[in-house]
Order: sequence, then C-alpha cells, then structure tokens
Amino acid sequence: MTPNPYLFIVIFAGVALAFPLLPLALAWLWRRFFQPPKPGAQKNAIYECGVESIGEAQIQFRSQYYLYAIIFLIFDVEAVFLVPFAVAFTGLPIGAFIAILIFMLLLVEGLVWAWGKGCLNWASPSSPQGVFDRTGT
Amino acid sequence: MAEGQIDEQLRSELQRQGVWVTSMQELYNWGRKNSIWPLQFGLACCAIEMIATAASRYDIARFGGEVFRPSPRQADLMIVAGTVTKKMAPQIVRLYNQMPDPKYVISMGACAISGGPFKQGYNVLKGIDRYIPVDVYIPGCPPRPEALLHAFMELQRKIDSQKLSGANKAEFLKPEQPSEFPVPEFAEHDLNPPANPNTYHPPALERQG
Repeated sequence: MTPNPYLFIVIFAGVALAFPLLPLALAWLWRRFFQPPKPGAQKNAIYECGVESIGEAQIQFRSQYYLYAIIFLIFDVEAVFLVPFAVAFTGLPIGAFIAILIFMLLLVEGLVWAWGKGCLNWASPSSPQGVFDRTGT
Repeated sequence: MAEGQIDEQLRSELQRQGVWVTSMQELYNWGRKNSIWPLQFGLACCAIEMIATAASRYDIARFGGEVFRPSPRQADLMIVAGTVTKKMAPQIVRLYNQMPDPKYVISMGACAISGGPFKQGYNVLKGIDRYIPVDVYIPGCPPRPEALLHAFMELQRKIDSQKLSGANKAEFLKPEQPSEFPVPEFAEHDLNPPANPNTYHPPALERQG
C-alpha cells in the first residue's frame, strides 16, 4: 500500500510548525519556572546602541538627492554607449560620428535644462521644500 | 542539586555502562557556557587583542564565543576592552542594561579595571566596576589573547558552577536582584554619581597602630 502523496506535505508542515514553536514553548516554560522577568525602561527601549534617541523617527525627509541621481544616471548610460564607440572609432563612418554627436548633444541639452531649472543647487532657499529639517518641527 | 541527588560513584558507574545521567542544571549550564555570545564592542587597544582572539590564530570559536553580536539584545557577555572615558561610561552602562539576563562582564586590561596608565586623567573612568558588576578581571596592558581566553574559561567555570535553585542560586535568577543599573549623568566635574554604591565595593584601607 502506498501512502497518500499529500501525507508528506502534512508531515513537512507539522515539522515546520514544531521547529520554531518547540524552542519558543521551552523558553516560555523556562521563564515560567526559573527565570524571573526583569523588564525595564532601558531594556525595553527601541533604540539599542547605547545612546538615547533624540526627536521623532518619522520626519519629513527632503528628497533632493534623487535629482542628482537621475542626472548621474543619464551620463552613466552615456558612458556605456561612448566606450564601445570610442573603441571602434577609427573603423566607423562619418554618419556614426554625427549620430553619437547628436546623442551627446541631446544629453547635454538635458543637463543645461536641469541646470537652468536650479536642480544642481543643493538646498537652495528658493526651492519649494525648504532646507532639510532634522527635527521635523 | 546534582551533588545532592545523584551519587557521584553511581553516576560514574552508570557512565561506564553507557548510561549518561545529568540534571537540568548541568544541562542548562553546559549549553550556556559553550555558547557565550559577546557584545561586539571595543573601546581602545585592548579591542585589537580581542579581535586577535576572535581571529583564526587564537580562535575563540573553540570555546563557543565566536558569535560577536552587534546588538546588546543578543549578547550574553560584555568584554569591556579598553579605556573607559567618562564620556563613554553612560553608553556602556546603557548597553549593559539593554542586554538580557543572564549577562556577564569581563573587564579587560588595566584601563577597564582601574583606569590604568590614564588613571590620573581628568576624563578617564577609574574602573568600569564602579557602575556595573564585573565577573572576570584580566590584568595586562593590553592582555595577551591567551589571557582573554583564560578569562573566558574562568567565566565558563563560573557559569558551570551557578545554581538554578536553592538559597545560593545565581544572582540573575533572584527576582530582587536588579537587571538595570543607574546610568551616570554628566555633571560639572565628574560623572554623577561617581560610583554606584550597590555594585562598587572598593577594598577598605586597614591602617595599623
């Protein structure tokens, strides 16, 4: 007689449940009979690096860096295209040179546009969100 | 309890026959002493020796203490390895407070014991035992990794001898024994209080004549 093929899944699920629950139950029993609980303000504190936390954790964080990241990414991708172009430069026709020049000009235009919009000014007073605020007040 | 309940002679006789008799206390202490997880935290040059002890040449893993935990919640042992400045002392006490019981402290090196060569310094704490109870002291400046291993073995011996029940059971099992110790605060000239009178018992001078 062959066992039900689903029996193994049941066994597996049982072991998977018992594996974490058994130590937890043992620990609970141990605490119940031997170890007196000694909670405290510092012991139960959320932050655990020795220093006391200051202020709130839920603050408004100024998301300015993403502009730099995007502009960097554009030129990062440009470099990916430029390196193989430079390697094969001597064997390429004039059309390829003009094509890559247009490609670079488009990117430079984007940079000029971002520059003109003030994206490269770090925490400028005129920017709508104001300066990065540590305390969130 | 093991001494009271199991006859040693009977025990060794049984062991010869292939029956291993143990007690809850022995099993518990055996597990604890062979998996002491230290807090990953060094203060000064002694920490370099502590790192050497954890690395391959001296290999504290042979004693079950290789799992240096970056969180006090998961640590059993605090190795105070180095000069404790008064700026750092409150943080150390707070870290100790955040460790779960049972917890142990090794005071490593002359500085952690007494301030060491910097004892006269205005900013140096004259021994971490002023604020937290210390289990093993290691003299040396800095102590060799072998000395730290020796202290580790001493601590294992101490853990092995701790009782689970009875009048002289281990301190951490007594409900009246505190698990947190007061954190000193920065005051004008010194930390306030300069020492915890409940843990700090300096040797009294006995003058003759």
